Amino acid sequence: MSTLALTVRDSSTMLRRNLLHARRYPSLTLNLLLTPIMLLLLFVYIFGDAMGSGIGGGRTEYIGYIVPGLLLMTIGSTVVGTAVSVSNDMTEGIIARFRTMAIHRGSVLVGHVIGSVLQSVMSVTVVGAVGVAIGFRSSGAGVLEWLAAFGLLVLFATALTWIAVGMGLVSPNAEAASNNATPLILLPLLSSAFVPIHAMPGWFQPIAEYQPFTPAIETLRGLLLGSEIGHNGWLAVAWCVGLSVLGYSWSTSKFNSESK
Amino acid sequence: MSSLAIAANNLHKSYGDKVVLDGVDLTVPEGTIFSLLGPNGAGKTTAVKILSTLTSPGTGTGAVRIGGHDLATDPQKVRASIGVTGQFSAVDNLITGEENMLLMADLHHLTKREGRRTAANLLARFDLTDAAKKPASTYSGGMKRRLDLAMTLVGNPSIIFLDEPTTGLDPRSRHNMWQIIRELVTDGATVFLTTQYLEEADQLADRIAVLNHGRIAAEGTAGELKRLIPGGHIRLRFTDPIAYRSAGLALRDATGDDDALALQIPSGGSQRELRSVLDRLDSAGIEADELTVHTPDLDDVFFALTGDAHATDARTTNAHATNAHATVPAQAKEAVR
Repeated sequence: MSTLALTVRDSSTMLRRNLLHARRYPSLTLNLLLTPIMLLLLFVYIFGDAMGSGIGGGRTEYIGYIVPGLLLMTIGSTVVGTAVSVSNDMTEGIIARFRTMAIHRGSVLVGHVIGSVLQSVMSVTVVGAVGVAIGFRSSGAGVLEWLAAFGLLVLFATALTWIAVGMGLVSPNAEAASNNATPLILLPLLSSAFVPIHAMPGWFQPIAEYQPFTPAIETLRGLLLGSEIGHNGWLAVAWCVGLSVLGYSWSTSKFNSESK
Repeated sequence: MSSLAIAANNLHKSYGDKVVLDGVDLTVPEGTIFSLLGPNGAGKTTAVKILSTLTSPGTGTGAVRIGGHDLATDPQKVRASIGVTGQFSAVDNLITGEENMLLMADLHHLTKREGRRTAANLLARFDLTDAAKKPASTYSGGMKRRLDLAMTLVGNPSIIFLDEPTTGLDPRSRHNMWQIIRELVTDGATVFLTTQYLEEADQLADRIAVLNHGRIAAEGTAGELKRLIPGGHIRLRFTDPIAYRSAGLALRDATGDDDALALQIPSGGSQRELRSVLDRLDSAGIEADELTVHTPDLDDVFFALTGDAHATDARTTNAHATNAHATVPAQAKEAVR
């Protein structure tokens, strides 16, 4: 079997294993879904009027503003679960068994990453459905925009997942993995997800503007609502590719040096 | 084609300042059971980890060939010919026993049908068919160990590493495991077994190497190792003090125990030595009430070789057991990770 065929076959076996875990133990995934949904309802129904007037509209306008941000936050929340399950997995004897087998080395990690990206897509779909149910409508998005939006979400999920896998690998246990990955949920709070950048203090604006979430959020808004994307599109893609490469090389080097 | 399944020269491994393996040579002919015997912390698990490609050998290590493949240059070929069952169970606890087996079948690139058949056969052979649909996390220690070994056998490995396969098992599960290990060799596999149980090595292994402080203290068959150690004797016990005393006169080389009315005559336990003792008793017209032949067992060998005189006392004198154990280096047990 060629190396590529071996890689694909072993990775898909590992993916099946991870999906089996996720299906057998859905509670972690569901718990992680609660955070973005709670925040969505809280900001729309409790703070909605105040937040709406802040962006020069009302609650309805604010629903449009906040949903793209929360969709990306959902990804941040889902990959915390990835960090936890990778960390759990590494404490299992089965990983040592995999290392003594003539299989493609990276397939264990690739299985985790693809499984986690699929989970992210599902979670984003659920949160998106809640958004639509409470009144979110995309204005003027055609097939191309929807495809681009989907592509962006997958790319962003891939980037964050590789980082989360690295975090899971360096964490000695599940609690540590969960703590180490917490910034991935907190980062959206410091982005343009909830309030526009120009409403933040001047000294903080550059940080909020150039962190990975803001360009992705602004690009998604542009695609779904027709707002100005500008340089955010390229910035978002650059962040995704950069984080993916970084996370991938970090994770694989950690995984390969793991044997002590 | 080489007839050696494992040929390792001068294995070295250190973690920081701590030398774990200090020049270990291992050769295991195909189709045999080789046992690496040693106390906790002797380096057994490290040796298995190196031979099974989990850990890289330390500097100074010579050529290592497993199944004819070079460990350093061709680790994937080595992996393709081995199976490993570690000291801590290497099963996926979140999924069922059957799913674990099918996972292995997929990773060995069997077709769906082959995979199902192999999984079903092995589950039946290891008496796990009834538990096949239950999560592995609910299995008992013995069941988990059987599932672990069943998973190792999916790829039909020609060389099987078993790192303390019976540690923590109850006597019945242990005997089951021994039976399974014997069958593996009947089927043509080579088994490399580590254990801290002398009886296990004695029962199973064609050759035994005693590992202590990272070096091979002795190597040979169980019989050869036992012959290294003096201590075999014939013991005669009497109820009649007069018979006891006259036997002591007839057998000059005997040492007596006046309280127990027992005599000990040094002997290797051979038929000729035994007959000479009986002849001398006959010609003196003495009959002993009880005769036992004591040959040194592996315990004697083990304690003599691992150089721990106190430990020998510990076996006979329970009161000293605590002290004796304190002299054994209290090293943390390495785990296969």
